[in-house]
Amino acid sequence: MKNLKNMRNLKFLTAALIASSLFIGCSKDDDPQPVNEEEVITTMTVTLQPEGGGTDVILEFRDLDGDGPDEPEITNGNLTAGVTYSGSIVLLNEAEEPAENITEEVEEENLEHQFFFTIGGGLDVTISEENLDDENNILGTTFKLTAGTVSSGELTFTLVHEPTKPNNGLESAGGETDISVTFDVSVE
Amino acid sequence: MRAYALLVVLLFIGNTTMSQNCDNSLSGKVTDLHDGQLLIGVTLTIANTEQTVQTGYDGTFTFPNLCNDTYYIQVSHPYCLTKEFTVRVNGDTTKSFKLEHHLEELNQITIEGSAYSDKSKTILENTIDNEALERFSSGSLGDALNSISGVSSLNTGKTVVKPLINGLHSSRVVIINNGVRMEDQEWGAEHAPNIDINAISNLTVIKGAGALQYSGDAIGGVIVAEASKVPVKDSLYGKNLMTAASNGRGSSLSSKLTKSYQNGWYATMQGSLKRFGDFEAPDYVLSNTGMFERSASLQVGFNRFDYGIEGYYSVFKNEIGILKASHLGGAQDQIRAIESTIPLTIEDFTYKIDKPKQDVSHHLARLKTFKRFDEFGKLSFQYDFQRNNRLEFDSRRGDDREKPSVDLELDTHTVLIDLESDLIDEMMLKSGLMARYQNNFATDTGVRRLIPDYQMYDLGVYFVADYQLSKQLLLEAGARYDFTFMDVFKFYRTSFWESRNYDQLFPEIVVEEYPTEILTNPQLNFNNGSATLGATYTFAENYNLFFNYSVASRAPNPSELFSEGLHHSASRIEIGDLRFNSEISHKVSLTLRHDDDDNFSFCVTPYINTVSDFIIIEPVEVRQTIRGNFQVWEYRQTDAQLLGMDVDASYAFTNNVYLKSQFSLVKGYDQTLDAPLIGMPPINIGNEIVYQNPDFNNIRLSLQSAYHFKQHDFPNNNFEVYIPQTETYEEVDISSTPNAYHLLNFNSNIDININQQSKLTVGFSITNLMNTSYRNYLNRLRYYADDLGRNFLLNLKVNY
Repeated sequence: MKNLKNMRNLKFLTAALIASSLFIGCSKDDDPQPVNEEEVITTMTVTLQPEGGGTDVILEFRDLDGDGPDEPEITNGNLTAGVTYSGSIVLLNEAEEPAENITEEVEEENLEHQFFFTIGGGLDVTISEENLDDENNILGTTFKLTAGTVSSGELTFTLVHEPTKPNNGLESAGGETDISVTFDVSVE
Repeated sequence: MRAYALLVVLLFIGNTTMSQNCDNSLSGKVTDLHDGQLLIGVTLTIANTEQTVQTGYDGTFTFPNLCNDTYYIQVSHPYCLTKEFTVRVNGDTTKSFKLEHHLEELNQITIEGSAYSDKSKTILENTIDNEALERFSSGSLGDALNSISGVSSLNTGKTVVKPLINGLHSSRVVIINNGVRMEDQEWGAEHAPNIDINAISNLTVIKGAGALQYSGDAIGGVIVAEASKVPVKDSLYGKNLMTAASNGRGSSLSSKLTKSYQNGWYATMQGSLKRFGDFEAPDYVLSNTGMFERSASLQVGFNRFDYGIEGYYSVFKNEIGILKASHLGGAQDQIRAIESTIPLTIEDFTYKIDKPKQDVSHHLARLKTFKRFDEFGKLSFQYDFQRNNRLEFDSRRGDDREKPSVDLELDTHTVLIDLESDLIDEMMLKSGLMARYQNNFATDTGVRRLIPDYQMYDLGVYFVADYQLSKQLLLEAGARYDFTFMDVFKFYRTSFWESRNYDQLFPEIVVEEYPTEILTNPQLNFNNGSATLGATYTFAENYNLFFNYSVASRAPNPSELFSEGLHHSASRIEIGDLRFNSEISHKVSLTLRHDDDDNFSFCVTPYINTVSDFIIIEPVEVRQTIRGNFQVWEYRQTDAQLLGMDVDASYAFTNNVYLKSQFSLVKGYDQTLDAPLIGMPPINIGNEIVYQNPDFNNIRLSLQSAYHFKQHDFPNNNFEVYIPQTETYEEVDISSTPNAYHLLNFNSNIDININQQSKLTVGFSITNLMNTSYRNYLNRLRYYADDLGRNFLLNLKVNY
């Protein structure tokens, strides 16, 4: 039994030695660097320029912490009845310094992207003349918006990555939603 | 089982006296294990002294001049597997040995089950032998485990199959691969174990934490996968296995070659290749579900009865496509996908694996050596190294298009020292030490790190002892202590850090502040104790009662501690908690077993598992992001209880026809909320009728039926979102469970002798015979698509 005890002591010692040499052998690396999130879209700005002059209407959605807990800042806008606006969408990644323009990337990969426009809640506007991709299907980063009669409701912009093209709208487009933002809009 | 038999044998031999009286003899005879025939010319050698005798024409032998002591005796015969026995000599002693006498038929090298020792003596072990494993050759480890009662699986499609033991999975199930605890980022629900099923010959499931020599945190249980043992004799043998399957239009190839020498040296090489295209549900192609798996292993060793050394290296690489229709943006995509009866993306069949996909590789290297000391026991030392590299690809834009979103490398070094000692005849003591170092490194992929960089140190010490109190009663007790230290570098979004009040609670761990995030250095310690206490009682011939009570403690995993952001494949935001402590489980299980191979056998195992500080994830709110609304799921600690019962029964109608039945039931409750736990397997019943005839080319035909009930106990995690297109609030039904379903499978195989040396086994099977459309509650893709349709499989195996 004494022999057994000695052996066991030896065993513990050996293990401790091996363990300690193992741990000492691994020196700590330098602190990790923050990840540069290149693809994140923090901000969508829709600029509606009245044809024939006037002040631009700006709709904006801005969420600097991405899927973090901070609420997004949303800027809604009012349109004038009977006016046609030429619209353009700008997507930014403001997490980067300087901010990166993501619209350019979307337009480069135009075959794989499409903006969908959803009008709801009795809002009387129509969307037309969306710009097209290289195969003459809708891309929709620029468009025309015509404000009809006095009304109010919602205007939703949805950017789908890798939709089936051409398609009959969001329901059948498949793909993955990159942007889905709803603005409260009224026509006055 | 052999150790157990040995113990019983030892009991008969008598009591211990330590007087140095060295004129005793040991005599006996050696017979064939199968037909009791006397074996002539068997060599018996006493280890260390090299004293050798041979059996004569009457099969008997005598060793003269032995002391009252324990002797290790190696028994070998040209046509038998060499075996080792421990014999206690006390006065003139008689002892008979049995050898397995049919090794000359090389195709018969199937190592008997008893070649693998017991892992726990008071928890019933379920094993899957080599023959049964071969039927799953083209599937995965999880598919094979699914055939055990009480074991089901958490699937992501057909190819990511995670074992689930009595309702628990992931970090709660420990997998031991050839003596090495798998460290392969097992925390994720969509991370399958990185083991090639063709590389293993025996699988054991211990439904509890009692096997403390492996770990103290196996709250769900332990799965032990072992490669085949190599006999000590001059031999060269091998096996080729080929499976072709109609569903997925793919095949798997596996080849294995072993060379062994009488002097103890041996080497085994093994390799597998598995390639499948898109699998198909009864009504459509499951687009982007193909897979490409490659693996190879090499084992070289030297084995003597009293010492040995073995090196083992394996590499496993698997590329897995994830159903395209399951990859979604926010809640609006989820509603569309759930409400559609067919997947929203169905393309033509292809072998191409597109994004989203996983590409995982796992290296495992192990060096093991042992020496047996007289009067002391068997001391073994093991060092192992594992490297797990996990790449996950999503559809991305721009320059990042071909880059993975997740690129994690997990390195683990482990040193194990174990001692198995027979202190006295009736008692066996296992004890040991473990030291482990783990390093996780997240490569910058342009996507926030899902799992932070960390280093982890573990130290463990354990003992397990069993004591044969009487011929009927065996007692087992054990304890283990593990210390874990985690040194983590984690970036938190500043908004998150502050919203959780971590800035007040942990200001001291901040290393550096960046414009929108902060780098922190959490250093966490966990002290985990675990213990087991059990008994096995044998009565009334062929009846056994197993009782076991185990306490297990598990430290929270990196995902539970540090998650903070969108989990793409689950389409939800997941949030961990830095403040978690270890969860502690108390499991009591009882097994009544009746074994009668000729007639009716059964086994009933009720159990109750109470877990305090059980870590669950549950929905807390819906968050608006630029990509729409996402549900936020947060980890929480609660008290949980799981109760259940596993039943196995078999009945032999004739020598050739038998029926096997299984039933498993598990119920899980969150005791704090008084609500059911999510993801509990529904009740299932399996029946299989088998015709087997060894006299007619060993033909085997079986028809298997599996009925899975609908799960009625589930928490309601549904939520409402506003859908601009319809201008309504709609409920996202992520809770409802699929309907019950019934599957039929057919299996057949037959042996054809090619020549003296080689045998061909031809198998044909059909799974989902009726081409039933069904969805499985435990398949994470059940919202989006049906499970697999009918599949024809052709198996060819050549043993040589």
